[in-house]
Amino acid sequence: MDWHLIIAATIKIVVFVFLTTLPLVAMSVWAERRVSAAIQDRVGPNRVGPFGLFQAVADGIKFLLKEDFTPSHVRKGYFWLAPALVMVPALLTCAVLPFGSQLFGEKMVIADLDVGPLFVFAIASLSVYGIVLAGWASNSKYPFFGGVRSTSQMISYEISLGLSIIPLLMIYGELNLGRIVQFQAENGWALLPLWGEGLSVQGWILAIPVFISFIIFMTSMFAETNRLPFDLPECETELVAGYHTEYSSMKFALFFLGEYAAMIIGSGLAVTLFLGGWSLPFGWLTPESVDAEVPWWHGLIHIGTFFAKVIGLILFFIVVRWTLPRFRYDQLMRLGWVFFFEIALFNVVLTAALLWWFNRAS
Amino acid sequence: MTFLFYIFAALALVGGIGVVVNKNPVTSAFSMIVSFLGLAALFIQLDAYLVGVLQILVYAGAIMVLFLFIIMLLDVQEEEKRRFPLIAALGAAGVAGGITILIVTVLKRSHIGDATIPKLATAEGPGNSDVHRIGELLFSQYWFPVLMVAVLLLVATVGAVVLSKKQLR
Repeated sequence: MDWHLIIAATIKIVVFVFLTTLPLVAMSVWAERRVSAAIQDRVGPNRVGPFGLFQAVADGIKFLLKEDFTPSHVRKGYFWLAPALVMVPALLTCAVLPFGSQLFGEKMVIADLDVGPLFVFAIASLSVYGIVLAGWASNSKYPFFGGVRSTSQMISYEISLGLSIIPLLMIYGELNLGRIVQFQAENGWALLPLWGEGLSVQGWILAIPVFISFIIFMTSMFAETNRLPFDLPECETELVAGYHTEYSSMKFALFFLGEYAAMIIGSGLAVTLFLGGWSLPFGWLTPESVDAEVPWWHGLIHIGTFFAKVIGLILFFIVVRWTLPRFRYDQLMRLGWVFFFEIALFNVVLTAALLWWFNRAS
Repeated sequence: MTFLFYIFAALALVGGIGVVVNKNPVTSAFSMIVSFLGLAALFIQLDAYLVGVLQILVYAGAIMVLFLFIIMLLDVQEEEKRRFPLIAALGAAGVAGGITILIVTVLKRSHIGDATIPKLATAEGPGNSDVHRIGELLFSQYWFPVLMVAVLLLVATVGAVVLSKKQLR
């Protein structure tokens, strides 16, 4: 047993998951309310603390203190299990995201797996169980419809989500997220090939399939996290509140937090795959290789860069929610199966052809 | 890390027993997912990261969702009330016991435990992970079977679409 490894991993888990991601979840709830208020020309929560920053704390206390009511017609065991099954996968996926380069010689990733993106998809695909169970265990019609809708939606969009990143993986030739970020730090971010080997005709042509991938990936992410314009599982006008209609107090809060945690992890994955992860633009402060020594203040700047990018993407998610109208359910399914699936497949073939052509030419 | 093996093996076994013992189909389906998770953890312990992750992605994440989906749409109550005759239970126990004895005898006579099995991922670094190796093998040595399986799956998909259409025009 290597105690040093275990202690380092524990510190990373506690700091990254519990002291960073969870507060970020609370803050994004606050940001959502403030941004939506700004968009709708309202004030939003501004009473608790400066700019209402402590609203999240007040909300948390309220959720904990309210009566935890379990309706008599529900299937109890599964009713209690469902909120946990939404929250746990969302937090588990944190394990493979590289949130910084190195700090004091320690890699800033909890598990340096060689199957990073696959692991994220595998664990994220488990979160559908929480929603479908909540719908079924509530034993009433609106939650059930919400659960059924959510299942079919998540299954449909998982396919285009998985296919959309294959072109990227073909370009990187790598499934280790840490090395993917290092590659982008040296050769230009996937979406911004402005330095290193990316600054060439080939790099710019390859940016076209990457851009298509990015659009498919982000749209599917919206559907996976059940957010507007794809929030059909909890569409208020048709289903009251969807799968969490029967839930109250902290159990409801867990669904809520799970949704936001999934959004943050989705943003983290998008940042890592498309926007260079923790790396600064133009190759500034880029370490020599994945294992090279990194000064501690470089490490801190890298961590800051990663979270700055993630927060930027979260704000994008929030603005989209308050800008677009909701899709109809058949439109949503058609979009997934008829458009995105085919475009993603075509994109894979296009990238393969381009890579083959470049390899032949050189 | 042997104790991790025992934890996950126990998880897989408990899940497997739960599938058979539970009368509620939803609980059975969930026991199966637990069993798959235990299996995936065992694969990962053997350094077969890709196989472990695929086990979760394909079986727990996709196939079991569809299973659960169908079970929930059916009437669960009727299944819960069903009684099984004693003789069927005895027969099942006999078959299970026989297979266990068979496996144990075969394993005792073989020398699996003595052989040293090479690790899947021998070297760290790019291009040496098990994903790369499996990919290389699939697309060089085994390209023809892969292609055949792909065609077979396509045929099955088309067949399912044809069968589910009520009227063929």
